[in-house]
Amino acid sequence: MIRVNGQAGGANAGESVSALLARLRVAADSRGVAVAVDGEVVPRSAWDSFILSETASVEVLGAMQGG
Amino acid sequence: MGVGSPDGADALTIAGRPMRSRLIVGTGGFPSLQVLADALAASGSELATVALRRIDPAAEGSLTDVLQQAGVSLLPNTAGCHTARDAVLTARLAREAFDTDWIKLEVIGDQDTLLPDAAELLLAAEELVADGFVVLPYTTDDPVLARRLEDIGCAAVMPLGSPIGSGMGIRNPYNIALVREAVAIPVVLDAGVGTASDAALAMELGCDGVMSASAIARAQDPVAMATAMRLAVQSGRLAVGAGRIPRRTYASPSTPDEGLAEFG
Repeated sequence: MIRVNGQAGGANAGESVSALLARLRVAADSRGVAVAVDGEVVPRSAWDSFILSETASVEVLGAMQGG
Repeated sequence: MGVGSPDGADALTIAGRPMRSRLIVGTGGFPSLQVLADALAASGSELATVALRRIDPAAEGSLTDVLQQAGVSLLPNTAGCHTARDAVLTARLAREAFDTDWIKLEVIGDQDTLLPDAAELLLAAEELVADGFVVLPYTTDDPVLARRLEDIGCAAVMPLGSPIGSGMGIRNPYNIALVREAVAIPVVLDAGVGTASDAALAMELGCDGVMSASAIARAQDPVAMATAMRLAVQSGRLAVGAGRIPRRTYASPSTPDEGLAEFG
């Protein structure tokens, strides 16, 4: 089961990071968003080509007031 | 113009980047993005911290837009990280998200005091410097640790005055002064500032800048406190350049005795 931001089932195995972000309404050119899969950064340039596996743990992060 | 000149000639330069303001604002805790925007304008700051958290698709308004409109550069932080591994990964994600190499490195070692974990901090700083980051570590007021961070290649050190959000001011001013003596890189007092006099004291102790988050954001009037902090940082800096008089136990008359009348 894929996990997205700690929630199970937020994405489908075989889909790209870009497809997931589109469903989360994150624009492809949006500044201030970063993605990690299984503890590794997925650079913006790889969002289209990075395919999520069945056990992927995805973190979609953005700017928050802090510090 | 020299130290303390308010005309911008006395810039704070970190990693080759000059900034007219010596006040860094933390964006956490403001009641709204509008109050944050107004406080940023009042503060005169050119640099503001942001955190990286799971996105909330329902969130209204964009923090990055507010900062961009305010003409303020982002300083991402690694707040909430407890290990070097998490902090390094967060820094790399922040670089990806915000297109900046600058990182305010926080590695927390204790949940109650939010004091830095020195061992993990050094590990993370070393890795991030090697990876090309401009590292500004949040550290204790330990001059030896500050020197180690400088040796590693950090662009500045950010010693705490007292625990984050405590508003307890500078609990050990002698250590802050020792940190300033120990390193050549800029020293920016971080954490503990509760009100304007704390910021002025930091500057008078020789700090090159002050960071303030809660003291502004959680003040009853954040915009007024932002103004107070701006003036306090400028005042403290000016006072350093002016050169204070030495402390003495007994009075020293400011009016000369010479020419004093004798009334018989």
